[in-house]
Amino acid sequence: MKKRLPLIITAIFALWILGALMPRRDPEYAFGAFGRLPVVFNGRLQPLDSLARNSLTRIREKDTANLEPTKAWYERPKIISATEWLLTLMTRPEAADGWKVFRVDHPELKAMLKLPEPNPAAGEDGKHYAWNQFGETGLKQIEESARNIQETKKDSSLRNAFDNATLGLYEAMTLYLRLKNTVHPQDTVRFAAEIADYQKAIPAGVKAFQQRMTGSDAFDTNALTEVFGHAERYFVTLRGEPPLLIPPANGGDSFAWQRMGEALLEPSFGAPLLKHLMRVPKAELPPEAVAEGIRTAGTRPLSPAVGHWAAMADAFRASQVAGFNTAVASYQTYLESLRLGKALTKSAREQLYNGFAPFSKAASLYIVAFLFGCGFWFNFAEWSRKTSLHLVQLAFVVHTLGLIARMWLEGRPPVTNLYSSAIFIGWGAVGLGLILESFWKNAIGLAVATVIGFSTQIVAHNLALGGDTMVMLQAVLDTNFWLATHVVIVTLGYAATYVAGFLAILYVVLGFFTKVMTADMGKSLSRMVYGILCFATLFSFVGTVLGGIWADQSWGRFWGWDPKENGALIIVLWNALILHARWGGMVRERGIMNLAIFGNIVTSWSWFGTNLLGVGLHSYGFMSGAFTALMVFVGSQCVLIALGLIPQANWRSFSATASGVAKAPAASAA
Amino acid sequence: MLSKVFQFLSSLRLTVVLLGLGVAVVFFGTLGQTSDGLYVAQERYFRSWFAYWTPHGSAFPVVPLPGGYLLGTMLVINLIVAHFTRFKWTWSKSGIFLTHIGIILLLLGQLATDMLARESIMSFREGDTRNYSESSMDFELAVLRSAGSNTLDQVVAIPAVRLKPGAELRHELLPFAIRVKEAYENARIRLRAPVMDSNRPPAATQGVGARIVIDEQPPTRTMDARNVPAAVIEISGPSSLGTWAISGELKPQTVTVEGTEWRLEYRPVRDYKPFALTLLKTTHETYPGTDIPKNFQSRVRLRNTESHEDREVDIYMNSPLRYGGYTFFQYQMGKEQLADGGRGTSALQVVRNPSWVTPYLGCILVGVGLLVQFLMHLTKFIARRKPRAA
Repeated sequence: MKKRLPLIITAIFALWILGALMPRRDPEYAFGAFGRLPVVFNGRLQPLDSLARNSLTRIREKDTANLEPTKAWYERPKIISATEWLLTLMTRPEAADGWKVFRVDHPELKAMLKLPEPNPAAGEDGKHYAWNQFGETGLKQIEESARNIQETKKDSSLRNAFDNATLGLYEAMTLYLRLKNTVHPQDTVRFAAEIADYQKAIPAGVKAFQQRMTGSDAFDTNALTEVFGHAERYFVTLRGEPPLLIPPANGGDSFAWQRMGEALLEPSFGAPLLKHLMRVPKAELPPEAVAEGIRTAGTRPLSPAVGHWAAMADAFRASQVAGFNTAVASYQTYLESLRLGKALTKSAREQLYNGFAPFSKAASLYIVAFLFGCGFWFNFAEWSRKTSLHLVQLAFVVHTLGLIARMWLEGRPPVTNLYSSAIFIGWGAVGLGLILESFWKNAIGLAVATVIGFSTQIVAHNLALGGDTMVMLQAVLDTNFWLATHVVIVTLGYAATYVAGFLAILYVVLGFFTKVMTADMGKSLSRMVYGILCFATLFSFVGTVLGGIWADQSWGRFWGWDPKENGALIIVLWNALILHARWGGMVRERGIMNLAIFGNIVTSWSWFGTNLLGVGLHSYGFMSGAFTALMVFVGSQCVLIALGLIPQANWRSFSATASGVAKAPAASAA
Repeated sequence: MLSKVFQFLSSLRLTVVLLGLGVAVVFFGTLGQTSDGLYVAQERYFRSWFAYWTPHGSAFPVVPLPGGYLLGTMLVINLIVAHFTRFKWTWSKSGIFLTHIGIILLLLGQLATDMLARESIMSFREGDTRNYSESSMDFELAVLRSAGSNTLDQVVAIPAVRLKPGAELRHELLPFAIRVKEAYENARIRLRAPVMDSNRPPAATQGVGARIVIDEQPPTRTMDARNVPAAVIEISGPSSLGTWAISGELKPQTVTVEGTEWRLEYRPVRDYKPFALTLLKTTHETYPGTDIPKNFQSRVRLRNTESHEDREVDIYMNSPLRYGGYTFFQYQMGKEQLADGGRGTSALQVVRNPSWVTPYLGCILVGVGLLVQFLMHLTKFIARRKPRAA
């Protein structure tokens, strides 16, 4: 039985993972099919499912909406999917405005907005609030204080926790308003009927508009007022820059998509004139073009997609399940008839990827595997290690599949931003851990793989709270060659340095607190650290220099002393220092371990610290949360180094067998 | 005694200390950028022999450090001496050998770049032609005599650093002397308000200087702003012709000396090229529905009358134009708000770096060296483990 146990346990987890890939059937409304519909937001084509999840994560820090936040999980609170929330917000905003989806934690901010304290009887959990609870005055207050902070504290490192909470809430509210006006102006009651009225008013209205613009006094004021009455509403929605909902009627890429407002206004005014009227900067038209625009106004038909959206919106608003599902299906058919290229496939696959959530699944597996790995050291014997090994292998496969899916969706190499660098560092560390394990078979490689694999997922999860993790890359980064070489290699260098650092932590923690560490194990750990450091030096050096070559290719400067470049250089120097100190016999086993733990600090500085400085090419601005986390991490590493500096005679391991490790300098010194 | 010195210079202990100090200098040099700005921090920490790090707001230097030059020199000495004294050449150390040669090359290459590389900016509007680029830091006072429309201007260019108060500047081509009365590293020009500025006389007696005042500004250190110097100079031929205010913000002014017109222009230092670029078209794309830039692109026409070259080139991010020892990179782009739809403007970064190839060579050597050494370790390690595993 014990022989088969590892495989049985792993098989159970594998089934759990496969289950997540099974398509789910919607009992009522076709939310699944609706969530698959494509939309353009943040400059990229994505399914509504992604828009919904990323927006809800931004607002609520979770990608589902709990409508009864005061109930505990065993009381089965009503939890709805992000897609259902978004659909409701877009088409029945008065219902969504009553849902407590805004997460507000800062006590001063809650006091300023007079938000209620926790009170289960009244349905208040003291953390989540509905749009309606802010009220007119609350909205004004938030907007004023946010503006004030942005103006008086331009440098984001000057902002305190209250300022950041205020700005965060303000941004969440702005996003909420943008989404609310995506399909139609938020106060619309029956969209299809409204569009019909508008279309009827266009010919007469445009004629009056032309007469008026060409200087004639005898124009039909009523016709003009009617068409402008509609147009005004659509103009207002455009000012909020909602997502681009309407696909180009004759196919094309994401650049040709339009906002609902544009699609509604273009038939009456034409695109250039519309931009001119909206006073888009850089769209000032010469008089001839204005005249041409006026002459051809009102000659274009409305996009069929507008009608489809009206049908979906009205059916959902009127709670017609069948009507809604038919409308979604017929819009899907319409989309398939357009020449949209990969758009529909990509949209469907991204929805699948979202639902699968490979990285959070891998993270759960790493925890379970870690427990089994620890079990091995406390005499659970080989089956425990084997289970851990198979679980890590399974998690690694899921992790890899997730990376491949992201690469396919983005059309990019694996690392494009801070979020994906966390995912990739985790992946590299797990890979290295598995390699170590295949050589030593003492669960140490597994411990490293699971701890780093899980911690990097936590980092990634926190980075993902900022919203979309697949945003488009700005011009200078738009080069797959350098992203695939420099970024990937330097990130593997980070991963290797972390692996060396965590091996050293294991040495110190297990050695100091437990009797698990034997002289043999200490030696093999030291050999692992040395091997990994060689690997880390190679990768961080080559990666750093490739970055220099990229810089030379892009702006003619091989080395510009940019903070991020410097951070990578420090890693190279530090790794080289450890290797030289070892070759020179200046440090032995324990010394190398302490230096390697400091490598964790060096790497974290390069990975996160340099981005927080607010200067240079890789600056993401100051993130107070990240700064605190970094400081806590640095502190913890210093404590570990301090532990490592205590002579080994005082350790629980080694001290008993001090004579057995007489070669270790500390032991002999003691 | 000498052998002791050599022993010290070749020791691994020195290497480790130098690497540790290197970590410290790079770290503090990075921190220093937040208060000093990139350029000043570079000069202070990396292009120097000794450096101090001063925490923001503290009056005293706190951490003394060796500068980049000192560390680089010591590392090169350490490496070279070690290879001549301590190192014994064996095949098993070939990787280390290659790595060290590559590192020496990288360090020397960086020094050469520091000494030889020149960066400047070529900025123009669509339709403009330029045969020179301009420094982004340094100014010069150009004194020009227009010799008719068909011939070249006669120019005397005086670097801004020579415009020190009290200095008297003469040149054989100039029939007059220039005496510097006042000089400012960074200053703003504004029109003098007769009532408000009643206690401040005009900046100068002649030209536009009679209507303006100069407000001195603290020197800027940030990347996105630059110093605009100003000065007040006296022109004297046989007798004094009065004082002129000059500034990077002012248009050229004319001085008439003995019937000849001379033009005074305080402008960024120019570097003339034997060829010319014409900006034909600028393209600035953003991703749909966002302000995220997707592409900046300048289409230019390159003309060289000597070699009879005349072609059109696209310059965009990650795709520079390399020509005549110069490299032109897309740097900034903007659009003027004009009634006729706006003419695009583009700024190209122009770099001349004769030593550009050294980092490539150094990098290949180190990369190959590390790889060789690493693979040798790995194969030895695996070979040693195999019998035990079997």
